[in-house]
Amino acid sequence: MAATGEPILRVRDLVKHFPLRHGPLRAQVGLIKAVDGVSFDLGRGETLGVVGESGCGKSTLARLLLGLERPTSGSVTVGGGEITRARGGELKRLRRNIQMIMQDPYASLNPRMTVGDIVGEPYEIHRDAVPKGDRRRRVRELLEIVGLNPDHADRYPHQFSGGQRRRVGIARGLALQPEIIVCDEPVSSLDVSIRAQIVNLLGRLQDELGLSYVFIAHDLSVVRHISDRVGVMYLGKLVELGGDGEIYGHPAHPYTQALLSAVPVPDPEGRERRRRIILQGDPPSPITPPSGCRFRTRCWKARDVCAEREPPLRALSGTGHAGACHFAEPREAPPPA
Amino acid sequence: MWKTPAPASPAGRPPGGGPLLAVENLHVEFVTRRGVVRAVNGVDCALNAGETLAVLGESGSGKTVTAQAIMGILDTPPARVTRGTIRLRGTDLLGLREEDRSRIRGSRIAMIFQDALSALNPVFTVGAQIGEMFRVHRGLSRRDAERRAVELMDRVRIPDARRRVHDYPHRFSGGMRQRVMIAMAIALDPEVLIADEPTTALDVTVQAQIMELLSELRRESGMGLILITHDLGVVADAADRVAVMYGGRIVENAPVHDIYRAPAHPYTKGLLESIPRAGGKGRALRAVEGSSPDPMAMPSGCVFHPRCSYRQDDCAAGEPPLHPIGPFRGSACHYWREVLHGSHG
Ligand SMILES: Nc1ncnc2c1ncn2[C@@H]1O[C@H](COP(=O)(O)OP(=O)(O)OP(=O)(O)O)[C@@H](O)[C@H]1O
Ligand SMILES: Nc1ncnc2c1ncn2[C@@H]1O[C@H](COP(=O)(O)OP(=O)(O)OP(=O)(O)O)[C@@H](O)[C@H]1O
Ligand SMILES: [Mg+2]
Ligand SMILES: [Mg+2]
Repeated sequence: MAATGEPILRVRDLVKHFPLRHGPLRAQVGLIKAVDGVSFDLGRGETLGVVGESGCGKSTLARLLLGLERPTSGSVTVGGGEITRARGGELKRLRRNIQMIMQDPYASLNPRMTVGDIVGEPYEIHRDAVPKGDRRRRVRELLEIVGLNPDHADRYPHQFSGGQRRRVGIARGLALQPEIIVCDEPVSSLDVSIRAQIVNLLGRLQDELGLSYVFIAHDLSVVRHISDRVGVMYLGKLVELGGDGEIYGHPAHPYTQALLSAVPVPDPEGRERRRRIILQGDPPSPITPPSGCRFRTRCWKARDVCAEREPPLRALSGTGHAGACHFAEPREAPPPA
Repeated sequence: MWKTPAPASPAGRPPGGGPLLAVENLHVEFVTRRGVVRAVNGVDCALNAGETLAVLGESGSGKTVTAQAIMGILDTPPARVTRGTIRLRGTDLLGLREEDRSRIRGSRIAMIFQDALSALNPVFTVGAQIGEMFRVHRGLSRRDAERRAVELMDRVRIPDARRRVHDYPHRFSGGMRQRVMIAMAIALDPEVLIADEPTTALDVTVQAQIMELLSELRRESGMGLILITHDLGVVADAADRVAVMYGGRIVENAPVHDIYRAPAHPYTKGLLESIPRAGGKGRALRAVEGSSPDPMAMPSGCVFHPRCSYRQDDCAAGEPPLHPIGPFRGSACHYWREVLHGSHG
């Protein structure tokens, strides 16, 4: 579904630094720059995929979007209200509009609660959302929407399969009828067939309810399938942002090119001859990121200027495709290693 | 690619000599208050030295439980192995005393777990946890163990190893925790490494590095690798052979090229068809219809029959054996010919 009108979510210069502590006294010896200046808009009914290296700050970004974590600086505006500044009742009201489906279904579902109670839990926090007498019925409806048997509301999470537990998480995410859902690895660790069922479910819910998604995942083929636009993160920053055709068909940033070339192809034919960009060197530490461009230490295009000046995320064409590289050039196929 | 005598039976047993690891007719169940969960129902598989056996299958089909049985880390109770043998170079591990078993665990058979967060102890630094392998099994001093821990952290490419060796697991991202797990697993150069979704939490560039690291270790040491994964790309890239699990059984077992060229079990076929393809945007993905079997009330006959488009009347009656269907290949489907040749379904 394509975006229409005013953005529903607006993210500006978002920064989150965690203190790094060391030694017996846990003295602060540095900062972990988990998210370090991220800006984007999300349109109504749009899906933005977010991909990037493990530890580049995707989950931290998700938590900031939900107001679960206070940013060091920058802002997140949800439907007109600034979630990063809001407190108390105002924060609660804004949070209703943006919900999360978590990375880890084992840790995120309380094993001692029935799935009915889990799905209805948001109503305990937002008591005015649904009148008490209607909650049971509403929970049954939610279970039905995600394709679970409403009669199983009194069962416990361990009695469900991995895919069913994801559905429980999705049902809970829908309880407060949010307009935005942030999905942090909603399909990782599921088999590809259940993965397909969940992706189809998210697509159907978007069509029916007009939801907007921020969809974080490592599976680049799933991200391509579901996203209208894709953002690529590297070490706390967005290094490329564009339509799915632009990112997958004409990646401009060297990191995106490396990432795409590393996607394993589900066909063993000719695997010995397949070419990959093997990134040189270690991923840099988010505590002491390289000067200038953060990717330069592993980049085959790097020159002096890359260490001196940080490349801003700049438009590459009139279409909203942007890359943060001094030498960005969209290309058809990844270059040889 | 690995080349040794090819396996001779549908379960993948090589002729003579004997495999590094052989699992036969393994059954595992969990006794719970609500009833008996039949998690593993007759698994046969073999692993040769230097080989990569990929295990694919449905979520909840018994992959992890099979791995835990091989490792000897099932909680008993509630779990119990009701039948079968697990032989490591001929020795039946199930017959060993716990004390002998625990000596093998970690040093000869090691495992990387699916869920790195819960596998690591939150109250110890990662350095202490990696170092413990050397202290317990090799009797190294605390200081030497820490030095080895830093080396291993470098080897699995954890940046700032010298500093981060003193950090606690919660301070690492999901991907970094998995690297810590891998460091612990390879610490003592095991003969068999079971990797249960080792790269599920990692991005594809790190995944490529980790898979490269694992295959390097395998080549250098002749270690056998059991790779449990949902990633059909990783399997296509790394596996010599593939076993597909459904409902606690191996329903198909084949050399990697054969299974991708033409699957011989309807479930395998369904899995391969569920992969999102570049041209399919905006359309619903294909998925195997219906939901997983209830392990407390497994369907009669073929476990897959309620969801199968090749189903005939006899499928609900007799449980199909793993039919030998070609060189080193087996399929537990009565109608494997139809599936293999794509006649319908
Ligand atoms: N509460 C915290 N305290 C200190 N550091 C943290 C905290 N949470 C995250 N970090 C650090 O911030 C960085 C980003 O972590 P984050 O979990 O956001 O990454 P991610 O992109 O979600 O990774 P993955 O793909 O592995 O899930 C990492 O270096 C991580 O160690
Ligand atoms: N401690 C336990 N008590 C009861 N049942 C259990 C227990 N552990 C596992 N099971 C059941 O055993 C079956 C097999 O589980 P297992 O974890 O091996 O699946 P899996 O194939 O590894 O799935 P996934 O791909 O989701 O990791 C499942 O039905 C599961 O619910
Ligand atoms: Mg994350
Ligand atoms: Mg598992």
